[in-house]
Amino acid sequence: MTTLNRRGLLKTGVAAGVLGLTGLPLRAQTRGGKLTAGLSGANTSDSWDARTHSDLFMIASAQGAVFDSLTEVAADGSLVGELAESWDSTDAQTWVFNLRTGVNFHNGKAFGPQDVIESLQMHLGEESKSAAKPIVQNITEMTQSGDHQVTFVLNAPNADFPYLLSDYHLLMYPAGQIEDAITNGIGTGLYQVQSFDPGVRMVATRVDDHYKGDSAGWFDEIEYIAINDNTARNNALLTGQVDAINRIDFKVESLLRANPNIVIKEVTGNQHYTFPMLTNNSPYDNVNLRKALKYGINRQEMVDKILLGHGQVANDTPIGPASQYYAGDMEQLTYDPDQAAFYLKEAGMEDVTLDLSASNAAFEGAVDAAQLLQASASVAGIGINVVQEPADGYWSNVWLKKNFCASYWSGRATEDWMFSSAYEEGVPWNDSQWGTEDSARFQELLLEGRAELDSDRRREIYTEMQMILRDEGGVLIPMFANYVEGLSAKLGTPETIGNLWQMDNARMAERWWTT
Amino acid sequence: MNTVLKIILQRLGLGLLTLLVVSIVIFLAVNALPGDFAQVILGQGATEQATAQIRRDLGLDQPLVMRYFAWLGGMATGDLGTSFAQLNFAQNMGGSGGVTVVEQIAPRFANTMFLAGVTAAIAVPVAVGLGILAALYRNTAFDKAANVATLSSISSPEFFMAYVLILFLAVLNPILPSLSNIYEGMPFGERLTRTLLPALTLTLVVVAHMMRMTRASIINLLASPYIEMARLKGIAPMRIIVRHALPNALAPIINVIALNLAYLITGVVVVEVVFVYPGIGQLFVDSVKIRDIPVVQACCLIFAAAYILLNLTADVMSILSNPRLRHPK
Repeated sequence: MTTLNRRGLLKTGVAAGVLGLTGLPLRAQTRGGKLTAGLSGANTSDSWDARTHSDLFMIASAQGAVFDSLTEVAADGSLVGELAESWDSTDAQTWVFNLRTGVNFHNGKAFGPQDVIESLQMHLGEESKSAAKPIVQNITEMTQSGDHQVTFVLNAPNADFPYLLSDYHLLMYPAGQIEDAITNGIGTGLYQVQSFDPGVRMVATRVDDHYKGDSAGWFDEIEYIAINDNTARNNALLTGQVDAINRIDFKVESLLRANPNIVIKEVTGNQHYTFPMLTNNSPYDNVNLRKALKYGINRQEMVDKILLGHGQVANDTPIGPASQYYAGDMEQLTYDPDQAAFYLKEAGMEDVTLDLSASNAAFEGAVDAAQLLQASASVAGIGINVVQEPADGYWSNVWLKKNFCASYWSGRATEDWMFSSAYEEGVPWNDSQWGTEDSARFQELLLEGRAELDSDRRREIYTEMQMILRDEGGVLIPMFANYVEGLSAKLGTPETIGNLWQMDNARMAERWWTT
Repeated sequence: MNTVLKIILQRLGLGLLTLLVVSIVIFLAVNALPGDFAQVILGQGATEQATAQIRRDLGLDQPLVMRYFAWLGGMATGDLGTSFAQLNFAQNMGGSGGVTVVEQIAPRFANTMFLAGVTAAIAVPVAVGLGILAALYRNTAFDKAANVATLSSISSPEFFMAYVLILFLAVLNPILPSLSNIYEGMPFGERLTRTLLPALTLTLVVVAHMMRMTRASIINLLASPYIEMARLKGIAPMRIIVRHALPNALAPIINVIALNLAYLITGVVVVEVVFVYPGIGQLFVDSVKIRDIPVVQACCLIFAAAYILLNLTADVMSILSNPRLRHPK
């Protein structure tokens, strides 16, 4: 396993190599030109309503171009202000945010504290289906405490609160005109909507006088074309119809790489593929059985064969290279059939046969991965029976319901966010039923880490939590999958591109340029 | 002429009846799809409560029969319903309304009709012309070459032909764009250029059928005594075929052309997806993916209606082109 620095490995690939060899200077950013991108994850149900956003096309269009949030995760993983200028808290429970001044919405309305309050409130309400509801409902009080200041009081201390506000659901809409803003796409972003056809196309032009000024937003115009079909996306890039595409099929990556007009960008982030076990149910409540599986899975083989090398082995923790407190130096679990057989014997289940439910709805290649697990585990005497489930309704009928299945997580920006989404006792997406019964220490640390503002102490806490999950956790996490995207050689990008989401955290309109 | 009118009305009535039966089949088939809109739209976030909430909002908790008649009633009054996808969005906003299926389908359908029109404008003359030439030079190298070429193109799956065309016309020789993302307000010339590759693909798929029918029905007539008479009069072979044989061979040719036109509307799904053409086929695929039942049903119904109507047209045209049928004793 290669060690990676904290913010993840960036393979700048061909571009850097070619430019280095030919001795061409890396040209600086210049304003102008048009970005045409072919993106997947588009639906006919798309709209400017951030509560419904869940896939790249709308995230790149909304948070990445037309709208802004209060905070933003920069490409290097640090948190910077977007519509908030600065923030402060003494106890991690009361947060004061100073807003940027002189910001206007595309319809001319000035941005202020009321916009923040109303934009966050729209995620609440009994009927709300917003995925950001769990974040917003922890705010007990939101008040305007100055001309350009908002004070939030939380129901419990949360040191990551400013990070949470960078969520792509939490966009800022103009107060009193939210309905209009959702219909027409009126935000404070660098680009103003010219036309939007759900599931087909989005065109926006650069706002002339923007608060981000000359530090971002290099294109005069952007056009995002919905291309959900993999082959069509590759063709569009190959024939120069688009300048950038997301999600390159690993199988054709080397063919595209051979084309001199195309640059492949690849980053390892927090996206991980998993096999959760329900630890409340027999036999997965037995920690020795879980340990047997941890040693019986061949992680490297999965990275090689399922991801074709486009990823990194994981250590049964969801905290990846894009996280601040990623414990990359923690000892790696390796494939060891003898150890696996030992723990299986400890568990007293030598002749067990486990049903493993899988479908490619969980992730591309999930069924193959399950079969690899079956093969590697059988060497240690663990019997696994792979049950192929239908892709339709997989998330409703299999995930969270079957004892042992395949799943994936796109990862979260912070440790607490990830843990409180899937590892806190009782939360709805806790796909291993991980709780105090399994590790009281883990749940204790989770609360402690959330309230802790001291960075060194937080590192200790989150490292210990990652170790607990590695040793006893109920989820097998064999690999982190890379984000692989293809760009025309005409495009310039910063040296570091974001690894939290595809396409430079979906912010290519803001950060990339035409050379 | 009265008899023709009677026949048309009769056929139209039968067409409506067929459509009714088709609507039942569509409704049952669509509802038999595993997974529903609530589950699909929520994905990994499908908790029991959220799923039930969406189902209640959309009326999916009603019995099947009730839903069918509600849909049928709406259809009869020209209301195809509101797309689930859009309705979900509208309710999220706290408002009602949303985009109706008609509003959603209309621009897509227009795009598909445009593609079908361009294809027909290329395919029909090419097919009939090739058919006539093949009949004229039957059993020559030209005839055989035309047959082999068209038959191999019809025998390959559409997406394969599409990729072959992309390879030769977009990648190796960048003449035409591989992406056909036309949009409202696009200049006609550019729209036409962008539509050309999918239109050519469809042409390759439909030409064989029409061309072989033209050839066969003309050759069939060439053996008849009146053609022999014409030949004995010393008329040039081309004139014999165009003036004497073709008019009598029209009925089966028109039939096949109509069937192929119907195919151009209903069979474009794969081609539209490959070329990212925003027509009704792409909308259909996207809607099936998210189980947007009102849109899926409406698309199916449009496909069925197109087939029935074009078949009807084929029948009527062949009656009109045949004096014996036009003036029955």
